[in-house]
Amino acid sequence: MLRLENLVKQYPTGDRALQGVTLEVPKGQVMALIGPSGAGKSTLIRCVNRLVEPTGGTVFLHDLELTALGAGALRKARRRMGMIFQEYALVERLSVMENVLSGRLGYVGFWRSYLRHFPQSDIDTAFHLLDRVELSDMVDKRADELSGGQRQRVGIARALIQDPELLLVDEPTASLDPKTSRQIMRLICELCAERGLTAIINIHDVLLAQLFAQRIVGLQHGAIVYDGPPDGLTPDVLTHIYGEEDWEATIAKDDEPEASSSSLA
Amino acid sequence: MITSPASSRRWKPSPFIRDARLRWALWIGAVVYLVLAFGSMDINWGRVIEGLPRGRTFVLSFFPPDFISRFDAIVEGMVESVWMTITSAVVGVLISIPIGIGAARNLAPAPVYYLCRAILAISRTFPEIILAIFFVKLFGFGPFAGFLALSIGTIGFYAKLLAEDIEDMDATQAEAVRATGASWLQWLNYAVQPQVMPRMIGLATYRVDINFRESAVVGIVGGGGIGATLLTAFDRYEFDSAAAILLIIIAIVMGVEYSSGLIRKWVQ
Repeated sequence: MLRLENLVKQYPTGDRALQGVTLEVPKGQVMALIGPSGAGKSTLIRCVNRLVEPTGGTVFLHDLELTALGAGALRKARRRMGMIFQEYALVERLSVMENVLSGRLGYVGFWRSYLRHFPQSDIDTAFHLLDRVELSDMVDKRADELSGGQRQRVGIARALIQDPELLLVDEPTASLDPKTSRQIMRLICELCAERGLTAIINIHDVLLAQLFAQRIVGLQHGAIVYDGPPDGLTPDVLTHIYGEEDWEATIAKDDEPEASSSSLA
Repeated sequence: MITSPASSRRWKPSPFIRDARLRWALWIGAVVYLVLAFGSMDINWGRVIEGLPRGRTFVLSFFPPDFISRFDAIVEGMVESVWMTITSAVVGVLISIPIGIGAARNLAPAPVYYLCRAILAISRTFPEIILAIFFVKLFGFGPFAGFLALSIGTIGFYAKLLAEDIEDMDATQAEAVRATGASWLQWLNYAVQPQVMPRMIGLATYRVDINFRESAVVGIVGGGGIGATLLTAFDRYEFDSAAAILLIIIAIVMGVEYSSGLIRKWVQ
């Protein structure tokens, strides 16, 4: 469904963030991208929706060559790719509802969005999604009044209201506590399963990646060094990705109970 | 463990200028210059003392302030000044918005950026009073010249600060809105505007404050408004009327100051 071919990104400073990454993600797969800071994880997902322009290689979404699109066609293609950010990236001075509805900007004209006069169907969907992420009583709160976990759930609703086929998720748990992190990861994975979405999730936390993803890709210095199932992450593999360390305690055991309650805080 | 004094190491913050000779040379140079500069001020103390009683009569002639005898002229001047203040602030801010956006490095392509920065540099070069003299020569006496001078002054001030606020905005919020497939205008409206709006409203009210004070200055060179009335009062040695005008200016500036503070608190 998503295909990267020999993707290269070289920043003007000379750093080669991606050195020819080739990767294929089938429909409905939740894939975790792990690797040390600076390995190129953020660059990789940003090259998919071209928030960062790749210097070489191609990206295909189904049969659409994203890397060849002009500005107008790129905007249309971005509607099919929802993005969830580290630090949430909500527009802080807009309300929860405005933040969620901003996910529809690719579908409505300028004046409708300027007057905040979105189609009723969009507003229905927004309320439905806010119910789903349990924020329906926060509709008119300003985004900067929410807690971290609540903000990230608004971020998730904003990505989903685009009606995407693909979710690009950049460190969704980096600024959350361990319990909220699990809840957010579980919510993202549940929603992917409900809607048959494909997802690429950048994540620092190896344990969370193993718990929630169906496939793990390890990135180091802009190149893939591991691609396989979560239980294939042995101490040797982790040493290869991150460097020498005692990895035994990090690796998820099969008998580990699902921690934390299933309700959202 | 705290070890014996013999092994303790001393630490001092490193000086701002590393070279000790250069440091001392700069200090001594500064002191010498100040002594010479003050020494060269040619103050004739005899004349200062002689002038003191005259100053006293001058100041006393301001009291009591006379609001009544020039009432009509004062009202007319005030109305003109307020008109000049508001119209120049509105027009200046409206013109500033596209120029400010164009002068933000993170939004505008290089040619637009340099063009808008050039416009800013030119409109900031001349103080309002010079602009007013120029426009009085062009369009004759009256508030229209003052209005033009203050409008251009507003652009130089407001567009520059708008551009700088846009350059300081949080890039990830902007990135998130771009990722939804929003058009450029939608992106401005949803990602940029909410981030810069509170400061822009605050600066607009501050600019109203500045324009009102400047309207008194441009009036003195023929730009109409309360400045013209004030000048007439001085020319006729009606210092009590002048005092009334000054008091009104002070009251209005304080009022604007206070309400702009309230507005800024409210929009945060």
